[in-house]
Amino acid sequence: MRFVELIRFALGAIVAHPMRSGLTSLGVVIGVAAVVMMTAIGLGAQQRVTSAISGLGSNLIIVSPSFQRGPVSQGAGAGMSLRDSDAEAIARQVEDVAAVAPAVTTRAQLAADGANWNTRIDGVTPDYLVARDLVIARGRMFDEREARQGKKVIVVGPTVARELWGDTDPIGRRIRVRSVPFEVIGVLESKGNAGLGQDQDDVALAPLQAVRSRLVGRRFRGDTIQTMYVKSLDADSLDRVQEDVTNLLRETHRIRPGEEDDFQTQNMASILATMQAAVATFTVFLAAVAAVSLVVGGVGIMNIMLVSVTERTREIGLRMALGAKRSDVLIQFALESVALSMAGGLIGLTIGVLGALGVARLADWPAAVPPWAAPLALGFSMVVGLVFGAYPSWRAARLDPIEALRRE
Amino acid sequence: MISVADLTKVYRMGDEDVPALAGVSLEIGRGEYVAVIGPSGSGKSTLMNILGGLDRPTSGSYRFEGEEVGEFDDDQLAGFRRRRIGFVFQSFQLLPRLTALQNVELPMIYAGAAPAERRARARELLERVGLGSRMGHRPTQLSGGQQQRVAIARSLANRPDLLLADEPTGALDTHTGEEVLKLFHELNADGLTLAIVTHDPDVANEAHRRVAFRDGLIVSDERSAA
Repeated sequence: MRFVELIRFALGAIVAHPMRSGLTSLGVVIGVAAVVMMTAIGLGAQQRVTSAISGLGSNLIIVSPSFQRGPVSQGAGAGMSLRDSDAEAIARQVEDVAAVAPAVTTRAQLAADGANWNTRIDGVTPDYLVARDLVIARGRMFDEREARQGKKVIVVGPTVARELWGDTDPIGRRIRVRSVPFEVIGVLESKGNAGLGQDQDDVALAPLQAVRSRLVGRRFRGDTIQTMYVKSLDADSLDRVQEDVTNLLRETHRIRPGEEDDFQTQNMASILATMQAAVATFTVFLAAVAAVSLVVGGVGIMNIMLVSVTERTREIGLRMALGAKRSDVLIQFALESVALSMAGGLIGLTIGVLGALGVARLADWPAAVPPWAAPLALGFSMVVGLVFGAYPSWRAARLDPIEALRRE
Repeated sequence: MISVADLTKVYRMGDEDVPALAGVSLEIGRGEYVAVIGPSGSGKSTLMNILGGLDRPTSGSYRFEGEEVGEFDDDQLAGFRRRRIGFVFQSFQLLPRLTALQNVELPMIYAGAAPAERRARARELLERVGLGSRMGHRPTQLSGGQQQRVAIARSLANRPDLLLADEPTGALDTHTGEEVLKLFHELNADGLTLAIVTHDPDVANEAHRRVAFRDGLIVSDERSAA
């Protein structure tokens, strides 16, 4: 007995009832399509998170004042632990630092040439461009001297430029930020819409000193900074730079061993890893829910295979009388179930891939059908066919040939 | 060729043991043409099932060419049926999906014959039973007599030592039944050993030997002068 012949027997039986075979496979079709689609959508989300976070700048450590913990409010001055001197110390003393960019941030209403726009204003130094991987598209960035002096110049993001001036070149225009006049000297290059629901182009940059003294008000001491962006030279030095920054700040802030930091450092790489892990968990969860329908599809196959064995009892008896071994009968029916399931898997894979591409297109979502989707879908459907075909096939092989032949 | 000694078969029906064969001894030589007769429930079908390797005796010995068939396991019995036995059933038992040719090929597939070889053999057999022009027909497109001839061709596919027929003419009219019996005669004349279960005296009289059963025992065993 050759294996090829058993495959032909199995396929013959499937082709003999096209309608029934199609409906039997349908459950697996839906299950595999759902798993493929959910995986692709989840992986798309993962890509999106990755590009959004790396869009914030690579090899980046964000230093910010500690948030208050515990039941007791810490009163005024809390959350203002970082000073210009900290940034200077880091730039001077920590090795492998590419850029240190202190920043304060506020939201403000911008008015220019009759148009209004509310946006985020970052008070920064020129190093901010390096730290955040930003590029000037037109015009120029303010220099160190202008930043120190608090000159009233401003660099706007593409969204701000578009909203206020449309297609007109904004360079040299005057703009009022909360009624303080600034001069536009540059436009940032677009970072794309890769933010987590945030438009990264909707921003304006002004000299740190100008924003601190003119815009954020008296709440801040003259040398307070809200955030410090520290960029390491490369990915390898990132962890060490983070450690050195922490140690240095503890020292300059006179924090005794055992005491809690009054600042916190966040490493973008670890944020990215955390987010990716969260999305991956979500993807697995989605795929698991979809896999339930695959199991339901398998039960459908088992059901029809049991009916088929009952219906074909006489055929089974005859095959045994003609010399088929029990194992021949077992393999024939198992192959039938596997073939049904794998055909469903193939169709489901096609539908799943097309569906993922369709969702990607309609919902502006990155399509990420992984290359292993095909072997995985076919492998899974094969396992489903084997598992749910096992009992019906065993029933067929266990039949008594005499009883089987007598059955009407 | 066949040597059966003190064969018994007991079926369990619920709590009761029902004896189907109560100690049967029988010798069948190569080339014989035997009719097994008797009322239903007399044990003749049970004997045929055991002779064909479809069932095992409860006790006693069944030797085929010196081999103790009663001790075969399932796979050995399958091999025994495949190589030694050809079955012809009252209800033909053809697979409706397959053509006459494919039905005849089926036993050879289980025997592992190469496609070209088994196709040639199937054609030859169908021509021999007079169905050379109907090889591509499906069972539903054939008359009862033709179907039974396809079944006979199939039973000969693996060159069996023994052909077992269970009421082979039971579902046929007199005329086509006679054609089938004529075919049996020719096969026997060519040296094939035949055992036919029947309760039709006309069929039984065609055989050279009649073994009569009653209540699980052989009550008579007579040969015609043929």
